Order: sequence, then C-alpha cells, then structure tokens
Amino acid sequence: MAMKTTRRSFLKQSGLLTAGTAAGSLAALGVDLNTRRAMATELRIRNTQAVPSICPYCAVGCGTLIHVEEGRIVNIEGNPESPVNRGTLCPKGAAKFQLHVNPNRITHVLHREPGGTEWEVWDLEQTMERIAELVKETRDRTFQEEWTGPDSEGNEITKTVNYTPAIFSLGGATMANEWNHIHQKLMRGLGIVAIENQARI
Amino acid sequence: MGRGAATTYAEDLSRSDCIVIQGSNMAENHPVAFRWVIEARRRGATVISIDPRFTRTSAMANIYAPIRPGADIAFLGGLISYVIENDLYFRDYVVNYTNAATIINEDFEDTEDLDGIFSGIFEFEGDPINGFEYEYETDTWQYEGFPTTRAGRQADTEEAGEAGGNDNGDEDDENGSDAEAGEYQEDAPDGPPYDDLIEYIRPDGMPTEDETLEHERSVFQIIRRHFSRYTPEMVERITGCPRDKFLEVAEALTSNSGPDRTSAFCYAVAWTQHTKGVQMIGCAALLQMLLGNIGRPGGGIVALRGHATIQGSTDVPTLYHSIHGYMDHPSALKPHESIKNYLVNDAQPTGYWANMPKFLVSYMKSMYGDNATEDNDFGWDWHPKITGDFSHMASMVRMARGEIEGFFCMGQNPATSLNGRFERAAMRNLKWLVVKDLFETESAAFWYAAPEVQNGEISPEEIDTEVFFIPSAAVGEMDGSFTNTQRWVQWHEKSADPPGDCRSDEWFTHQLALRLKRMYEDSDDPHDEGFKALLWDFDYDEGEYPEDTRIQGIPDTEKILKEINGYWTDDPATHLTGFDELQDDGSTTCASWIYCGVFPHPDENKTRNREADPVGTRGSHQGWGFSWPANRRILYNRASADPDGNPWSEEKRWIWWDEDDERWVGYDVPDFDDEKHPDTPADPEGIGTDAHSGSDPFIMMADGKGWLYTPSGMVDGPLPTHYEAAEAPIRNPLYSQDKNPITKYWRTEGNELIQHGDENYPYVVTTYRLTEHHLSGVMTRWLPWLTELQPEMFIELSEELAQMKGIQNTGWVRVTTPRGSIRVKALVTRRLQPMVVDNQIVHTVGMPFHWGYMGVVTGEAANDLTAMVGDPNVAIHEAKAFMCNIEADDD
Amino acid sequence: MAEPMGFFTDVSVCIGCKACEVACKQWNQLPANNGGVVELTGNSYDNTGTLDGTTWRHVRFVEDFDDRSQGRWLMFSDVCKHCVHAGCLEVCPTGAIFRTEFDTVVIQADICNGCRACIPACPFDVIDINPVNNTAMKCTLCYDRMQAGMIPACAQACPTESIKFGPVAELREESEVRLAELQRQGVSDASIYGREDMLGGLNAFFLIIGPPEWYGLPKEPQLPSSRSLNGEGILGAISAVVAVVLGAISFRNLGPLRRKEAAERNQAHEDSQSQVEGSV
Repeated sequence: MAMKTTRRSFLKQSGLLTAGTAAGSLAALGVDLNTRRAMATELRIRNTQAVPSICPYCAVGCGTLIHVEEGRIVNIEGNPESPVNRGTLCPKGAAKFQLHVNPNRITHVLHREPGGTEWEVWDLEQTMERIAELVKETRDRTFQEEWTGPDSEGNEITKTVNYTPAIFSLGGATMANEWNHIHQKLMRGLGIVAIENQARI
Repeated sequence: MGRGAATTYAEDLSRSDCIVIQGSNMAENHPVAFRWVIEARRRGATVISIDPRFTRTSAMANIYAPIRPGADIAFLGGLISYVIENDLYFRDYVVNYTNAATIINEDFEDTEDLDGIFSGIFEFEGDPINGFEYEYETDTWQYEGFPTTRAGRQADTEEAGEAGGNDNGDEDDENGSDAEAGEYQEDAPDGPPYDDLIEYIRPDGMPTEDETLEHERSVFQIIRRHFSRYTPEMVERITGCPRDKFLEVAEALTSNSGPDRTSAFCYAVAWTQHTKGVQMIGCAALLQMLLGNIGRPGGGIVALRGHATIQGSTDVPTLYHSIHGYMDHPSALKPHESIKNYLVNDAQPTGYWANMPKFLVSYMKSMYGDNATEDNDFGWDWHPKITGDFSHMASMVRMARGEIEGFFCMGQNPATSLNGRFERAAMRNLKWLVVKDLFETESAAFWYAAPEVQNGEISPEEIDTEVFFIPSAAVGEMDGSFTNTQRWVQWHEKSADPPGDCRSDEWFTHQLALRLKRMYEDSDDPHDEGFKALLWDFDYDEGEYPEDTRIQGIPDTEKILKEINGYWTDDPATHLTGFDELQDDGSTTCASWIYCGVFPHPDENKTRNREADPVGTRGSHQGWGFSWPANRRILYNRASADPDGNPWSEEKRWIWWDEDDERWVGYDVPDFDDEKHPDTPADPEGIGTDAHSGSDPFIMMADGKGWLYTPSGMVDGPLPTHYEAAEAPIRNPLYSQDKNPITKYWRTEGNELIQHGDENYPYVVTTYRLTEHHLSGVMTRWLPWLTELQPEMFIELSEELAQMKGIQNTGWVRVTTPRGSIRVKALVTRRLQPMVVDNQIVHTVGMPFHWGYMGVVTGEAANDLTAMVGDPNVAIHEAKAFMCNIEADDD
Repeated sequence: MAEPMGFFTDVSVCIGCKACEVACKQWNQLPANNGGVVELTGNSYDNTGTLDGTTWRHVRFVEDFDDRSQGRWLMFSDVCKHCVHAGCLEVCPTGAIFRTEFDTVVIQADICNGCRACIPACPFDVIDINPVNNTAMKCTLCYDRMQAGMIPACAQACPTESIKFGPVAELREESEVRLAELQRQGVSDASIYGREDMLGGLNAFFLIIGPPEWYGLPKEPQLPSSRSLNGEGILGAISAVVAVVLGAISFRNLGPLRRKEAAERNQAHEDSQSQVEGSV
C-alpha cells in the first residue's frame, strides 16, 4: 500500500548539502557578512512510508500523501503526482493532519440512556449488539407487507411494499463508495426506505 | 442532459476561453480546481463572477456582475434571449445536436400563454408528506408523435387501438394515472429476455423535425417566445444587475463561443439550494447547448460538488429516490409491481436506456444473489417500495410526527443543517439515535448542549432518546474509493489503524449486518424472507486478512467494489469489464452499471491507477483513477466533432472520426459507439442507440439530442422560468404566478414562511461556505489550525445597511426569521451593496453556515433560520435566498 | 553549488485561501494562536493578524471598494523576506541566526537564547517568540525540505501558484514579465516589492497592487545598522558594494570543515523540533 515518496526536485544534486562560503572582505565594513553556510537538517519524513490518499473535504478529489512511521501518521501533504492537484491543497486539505492527530477526537463509544443526563463510556461489542437489537425490535414491530394510501390524484391504492418507514438513515458524503454500497444494501435489505445522504442538501 | 454529473473535468477549464462562475464561489470553495481558472485567465480567457457578494472568486474575475439571490434564471434567461434575438447561437450545433428542430405537441401551452404556469397542472391530492400543492401531467409537453413517457406511449397506443385501453373507468384504471398502467402493461411481453418488451414500448418512427427552425411549434420557436420578455431591462429590473454589466457578460460569453472558442459554466449549491434549483441548472444547460459548448474541450457545465464523494453517494445511492446507476427507486405510487411493470413504465426504448432490463436484473442479482431467480422475478417483492417522499426534509417531518423511531446519523449533522430548531425537536421524538462521526457533533449532543436545553426550555430528563456516539476512523485510517465532482473514482489507501474504538464506516455497517443476519437466521416469518435472502459476502477470504492491523472484522473493501463493478454469476472470479457485457437473464451480477469496468480484473482495481499524463500534454489522464462511464472524461464528446466527424476547429479538437481506422479516436474515450460512422442514418424502427444517427451525440436521450426543451424528467416544467423564491422582497415582475407552483413545502409548526411584503422581515439573506471551514463544522471547528483562521460566526452586511441599523463592525447582531433567531457578530463591508430591484432598494446580507454549539470554537447556527421548503425535483431546501430581519444587539 | 533560492509571491493571483498558512504550520508543526480560540478581528477575512513566532505565513486582505464599480479585494501572503542584508542576522548576539547555502536566513532554535534582539531589528516585523519553546522563530524557507530537494510547504500547497519558489534570479525575471503583463492589462499600480535595491534584495519578494502600506510593508525598510549609523548614505554605498562583490563571488567550498558541527547541531535541532511537535 505504500509508494515511494515523490519529490519535486529543484536541485540538480541530491542528498545533504553541507557546503558554504563567506564573503570575508565585507566583514571589515561592519555589515552583514553574508556568510553562507550549511547546517545538516534531518527531514522529518525521512524514515516514513508515503501512502497515497484522497482529501476528504470537498469533491475536487485532491491527492494527498500520508507519511507514516511505525504505524503513526507524522505528516500529510499534497500528492505532487496527482493530476487533480499536483501537490497543492486548500487550507482544509492542508490541515488534514489535524483531522487525524487531534486530542479532541473521542476514541471510545459514548452512550446515553433515555432521560439520562450524562454520557457513559460503552464497550464497542456491547454497543453493536444493542444497536442490532434495537434495529430488529423497531423493524419487526413496524414492518408492513402492504401499504394503502392515496396516489397523487387522491385515489386509494394498495400495494405490496415490504418496508418499514420507522427507521431513518442519514449518511455523510465523505464516506467511501464502498460504505454507501453496503449501507444502502443493508438498509434496503431490511426494508428501510428512508435512506438519505448529505448529497441531498 | 441525461446523466447526473458534471459533463467535464476541472483541468479542462484551462482550455476555456470564457468561464462563467455563477451559483458558485469557486475560489473559496474549490480553490484547487480554481487553479485551472487562473490558468485559463493567464492564457487570456475572460473570467466572470456573478454573485450577490463580491467574493474571493469575484476578486479574480475580469467581470463581476452583482445579482440578487434567487434571480439567476432571469439572468440566464436574459442571456438566452440575447443569443437568440441576436442570432448568436451555434447554428450547426443547435440544428444537428439539440432538439431545437423538434415539433412539440399542439396541446402544449407555455407560461407565456398561461401567465406563469405550463399546461397540465392539477391539484395534488396525495399524501401531504410529499410537500406538494400542485403537480403537472406531462402529456401535453411531449414531442409530437414521439412520447418519451410511459403515459404518453400508452395514450398513443390506446388511441391507435393497439391495446384494449382503460375503458371501464373504475378508479383502479384511471387513464394516465401514475399508479395504474392497466392493460397496456399487462399486454407487454414477459421476460427475460426483455427485448420484446422494449420493442413493445417503442413508439413508431422518430420525432418530427423542422431543420429551418421556423415551425411555430418547434422547440426553437417555443424557446424564443418563452424568453422574449427577458430583455436586458427586465434582467436589470429582476436581478438588480445593471444592464451594462449584463451586456458585458453577454458579449464576453457569446464572443467566446463557436467553432474556434468554447465557454464553460461553473456552478455549485448556490444553484441547487432553491425552490427552482434544477431549473437553474437546466437553464445554463440550455444556454450552453445554444452556444455549442457541451461535449467540447473548454466547454461544459462544471458542477462543483461539495463533499469528497457526494457524486459517489448519488451514483451509489444512499438516497431514497433512486437505486444504483440512476434508476428510480421502486415505488408504490408508480406501476412498479413487477420488473416487467417497472420496465414498461421506466425504460426508454430508444437511446442507451433501452438496456435498462440488463441494469435492473443485474442489480437485483447483486441484492439477492442466487436467491434472485427468474421464477421469483429476481426477488422483486422482497425489495422495498417507497410510498412517497422520504427525503431528508420529509423524513424529519415524519420524525416530528413520531413516525420514525430509530435514526442512523452517520457523518451528517441535522441538528444544525436546516431549520435546526425544528430538526432538534424532531430528534427528541426518537427512541434511539446512532451518531457516528469523527468528533462529537451537535446531533450527538442535542440532548444536553442544544440551545433549547441550555436555556432551560427543555431538560435532558424529558428527552427519552437512547443515544450512541460511535467514533469514526478518519480517511487515512481506512481504505475505499471516493468519486470526485468530475466522476473520477479514486482509491484512498489505509495508512494507519484508527485510535481506540474508532472504526471505519464500512466496519460498522458490516458488523451490524453480520449481527442482524445472525439474529434473523432462524426466522420463518415471511417478513424476514428478503433479508435472509440478501447476499452478504464481504468478509476477507481465508488467509487474505491484512496483517498490519489490530482491528478484527474489517470487511474487504475490494470485495465490495467488485460487487459494484459486477461479475459473471456462475463464475464470480471473472469480473465484468464493461457495461456492454451486462445481461438481463441473471447471468451477470452488477450493482451499478455505470461503475461497471472500474474493477475489470481481480488484479486491476482502476481506482488505484496512478499514472497521470505528463504536465503540459493534451490528454485526459486515462491512467489516473477511473471515471464513469467507461473512463470517459468529457461526456457527450461526440459533439466535439462536427456532424461529419471532423473537429469543429483545430483548437478545439478532442474526438474525431478516423476514416482509415473506421473508428472514433482522440484524447478521450469516445462517449459513443466507437465504430458508428458519422453518416449512419437513424433507424426509425431501431432499438437503443440504433434509433440514433451517427451524428446524435446525446446517447442517453430518447432522441439522441441535447434537450433544450425537456418533455419529460422535470416535474416543474419543460422550460426554466423565473419565479421568485418562496420568500422574496418583490413580486414576480414577469407573471402573476409569483413562485414555483410545484414547490415542496411542509406546512407544519416551526416551519412558517414569511409572506410577501411582510415588513418585519425586509432583508434578503443568503448562506454560504468559507474556504476555511466545511459544512456544519464537524470536520473543521475541532481543528485549531482552521479555527484560528475563521474563529467566529458572523453576518456580512453592507456599510449602508449597517449605518441604517446602527450596527458596528464586530458588534453583535440579532438575526431573525419565523423559524429561529440567532446572535452573531457583524462583518461590515463594502463588498456587499444595496441593489435597486423592481424600483426599490433591496439589501442582502450573508452568513456562513459553519457554526454550532460543539467544537474548539462555537457560534450560533445560520441553519436555525432556514425553512423546509425546496426544489420539487430533488427536494433540496432553499438556503440561498430567503428573508430575515436584523437588529443591533450589543450587550 | 546551490544558488540563492527564494519566493516570488504574486498578489494578482492570490485567492486568500490561506493554504500557505496551514501548510506551513503542518510541516513545521506550529501551534495555532491560543489553541485556535481567537476573536473575529473584523478586518476583512484576516483573523491571524500578523506574522509571529508561530505564524510564518500570513495572508492579509485589502478591501479597495471606495468606488464599487472598480472594486478590488486584494490578498497578500506575507512571509519572512530572507533579506540579502538581514537585520536580524546582523544583531543576533548568539550566532543563532545564519545564512544558509541557499542564501536564506534561518534561526537555529537550539542556539537562540530568546534575547529578542532580532525582533525589533527586522524592518518587516516578521520575527517573534514562539511561546512553546521561548525562542525567536520565523520562516526557514523550509530549509529541511530544501536540503532534501523538496519545495517549501507553502509553495507546494499554493493552489494558484501565487507563491512561486525557485532560484531568485529566475523568479526575478518571471516577476518582471508578470508585472509588464499586468501593466499592459491596465493594472497601473502593480509593482515589485523587494528588488535588489531594497536591502540588497529580498529573496522572498512580492508583486503587489497598490501602495506597500496596504500590506503593512514599509516603503523604505531600514537595517538596524543604518539606523545606528544615523544615515542612509552609508548603507546605500555598502549595498552597492555588496551587490558588486556578491556578483563576483562564486560560493565555493568551505563546507566540509563544518560537517561535524552541523551534525551536532542537527541533533539538538531535532530535540527542539520534537518539543514543538508535542505542543500542537
């Protein structure tokens, strides 16, 4: 999944440059010596793998490179090879690092009882079981094989619908196509039709 | 134009000679795509910004034209009239490639005849949840002798006595009703194969045309009459844009369109969030086709969508109204009782949609796998049917009524996304709520942090909702594909595990499905048959599970993509390589026909292709990602060549007919049968694209033409018409019909609209995004690097209005509508200006909608002010033009 | 041998998106002001206000709308000028500030003792103390990236190529072409800020529209030495000499002598770097 770090090179030579010089004769004038010297720096992504990713904000689809060291994200910047953005980004894309590495992220499930006044931390497994139970309970109680109601001219019609109108799913448009596919499939498979997405608004 | 997507890609804008940015603030909201606009400008192109505010886009434009929010159709209609009256349309393109020459039904009556409404209107008597007061019957809008709707074809057939018709007159057989297609459909041949069915619904011949464009019922003459009153004077009166400015725009656009030059339009949600948004886009399409700017390099209509895979979530639809690949969701309100009935109603026998049986059956196979057989109509009854509107707004109304008790809210934030107060109240009726997001959202915290709770109106103890917050993995912590605004599907690789219990969205849905599958395993309730039959095979194969993760139970995303792409049912290891392989007998399984070819071989996932063309070459980056359909980068690109197949000009060469090779060649994948000679005549009995000639570029359309006039597919009229917004400062100067008669509006408490002339709410307000933030702020207001750039919620207003209202820069302002009231800071600027509209002064104020009550920085939400009123075609709310009051509100 | 490298920042194509500000903070792992919790300034779309110890690129907004029909909204991404005659370098008592092989000016955080002498010495108010490590900090022109052959973070991020990075000589040529083009298009008040006649040349220079004051730029920036010598004449003379001499000098290799020292500093630099990182 990794690809080689790509660099837009502006220098003919590569590697660390440690040469410098001094304009010694100017020192006597007591002004800027204009001494040029090099100091070796360590590129902080030197030992990373660059993983190609896509910016999750708007729909331009800018390519990014995520630099990872020992499973830790250390840097995210534009992918110079992407024809969409050629390494450029907007401020949101440029801040993508903070979307990942951010102390404000909550890293455990929060649960709130009906009428409760506090969040409680819940176990993930327990959460998944509870949600599945709730879905089943609601679906089974509200499932309709047939629907009777008016058509647009007010005539009463009866149709086979095999659905539940009591569960609503609203998804963001920053979630992968693969999620969209399995989620709409699960919902429709269960008979849930109130399926919506940010794409609407 | 037949496909729900941008016709071109952003880089192509660098080939434009004129770029009109209207309904979009591209520099601010799509800065990286805007680089191509800058590039074009460097090359000498004219950039035009049409916007109520002078924005960062306007700052880069050669021409800035101010416009009143909601008046875009008047402006575009003015341009259309200018083009027609001054003979500036691209005649060869218009005559050959559009339906300009087509003759329309003699019963059609235009808004010019009926003072602002079209023929066919009737009072809507269906379920009020649909939000309609009126609807249109589209029979009279049809082409003469060539109906493009089932009802039209049925009527023709009955008239000709070919089928029994509905002669008994009982309520089940209402002639023309959407609910019943009666004997017409019963007489249709069964399938599969469905070839005979498609043959059966094929109208005879092709549309009647008058290539001189003189016939008074030709589309061209209808359009001429329809827009004749959209003069520069009328444009100024309605839009507030000085006529000189309007004429400057018209001059720049028309002088940069034609065989040698192309112009592009860029729009975004400032053209969708209206009660007539789809018509605004249609209006731009109409104009662009008159100018010959569709399907050609540097031309087109660039839809700038706002979320990473908003295109993908429409294509792979987590939307109530459609199933994969832009097929309508099966509905109880339509004759969709069986696959056969669905096809009789929805399939289009001419044009590429004639293949719908293959798309639909392959989709049903993706749902129910081996359990979908010819004998059970491929599981048709298991598939749920909608019974009306389940869009975001309608669903929130249902929730407010207590009809919805469970809510999955994943990566969305309805608590502040529109009419916030109403939506938060609706959420208090829920039995359970699952929020899954990156940070704690306003929706997750609605029960303790919402303004109503904070101010003591309601206490958490009174809210009986069980709430879950499940932390999400960020994009770099999961893999999958996004489809960008130009239909490019690109894969993002996983770089690291998410922290703690943060999980990917795919993990959540997959794990939920596995649990439910287990719970229903032993059920013998007939209600559960469908779910038990649902194909669910997304676990990694034995030995394939990734080693570099501590997380268990992640689904194999490439397996999911494979199901989207499709495979041979009896040989699942063999992927489908393109949609021309699809079958209607169940031998192919494919969720999304438009994505077919994205994953043509088990070892070739094209979304992971990363070979771009070198900088500066004239290509379309075929080796980078995949763009549906079939990796075509410019849609309808057959139109980039003249009817004989030669480029319109050397400068605008893109796809052309190669006489020696006997095929279409060029810089892109031809969006056309690549061996169809330009001289091929249309077959008047032909099915599919055989019904089109070799010079009919719009392959998705029934007649192969670009539709200037839309005989079917729009619920609010075959032509765009200027109506005032649901809330507006003036009456419609064009017609006594003030507003779009086919508006979606929910008349319910907490959703009151401001009536015209209400002096308590005199100011026009528009809402928008800033570069520095995203949507309701969930993905930006927790990021200090971004919050320091735009820390506080504000209202932008002109110096004149600020002075009038005694408001100081950075002082507090109270903004009020009947839906809500918020307190925000003032940003006083001369970039906003009072306008003279219909002889009165109109002040516009603007507010970003990124703030809410959670985050590193918080602020009151602009969407507490908006109403649930919106577009009748797509149910998008009107947030770009409504009314409000403002008052200074310093401490 | 490396040639002088710099930025050419062009107001005429800046869209004020601030990607440069964020990309800089991201690469250099600099914290937001006050954890990101600041007040609306009311000064157009600028809320970071100024360059300082943690903001090394800063976008300024100028609203020129006295006559709305000719209205202009100008955006300007400010940065350290990497002056050929650098006031900061001149006054730094510890030698923490040095001129690199790319002719850019860099402060070494591990040597800086936070004495603040450089802060008033800069004629452009570029430098300030980074509260995280209490040393003076400013743009390094991404010295670390340059050494690895990568372009600076801000220039890479800039979506409209308003920030151009490259050999100063090439950038100067490019800027004159761009200026001529704008003037041809009737932008009569466009000008280059930071040609060779200003402090020996600003290696990060600008194309601006309107007077320098709109952008908080001094019309005639002064070096501390010229101020203490109480006269501009001497500086002018020296500048001329410097320019001539610099033109003649080919920067040859004193480098290898310094390798050991550099390696040691590098270690120290890394330490300070991780300190800053930890604070974000």
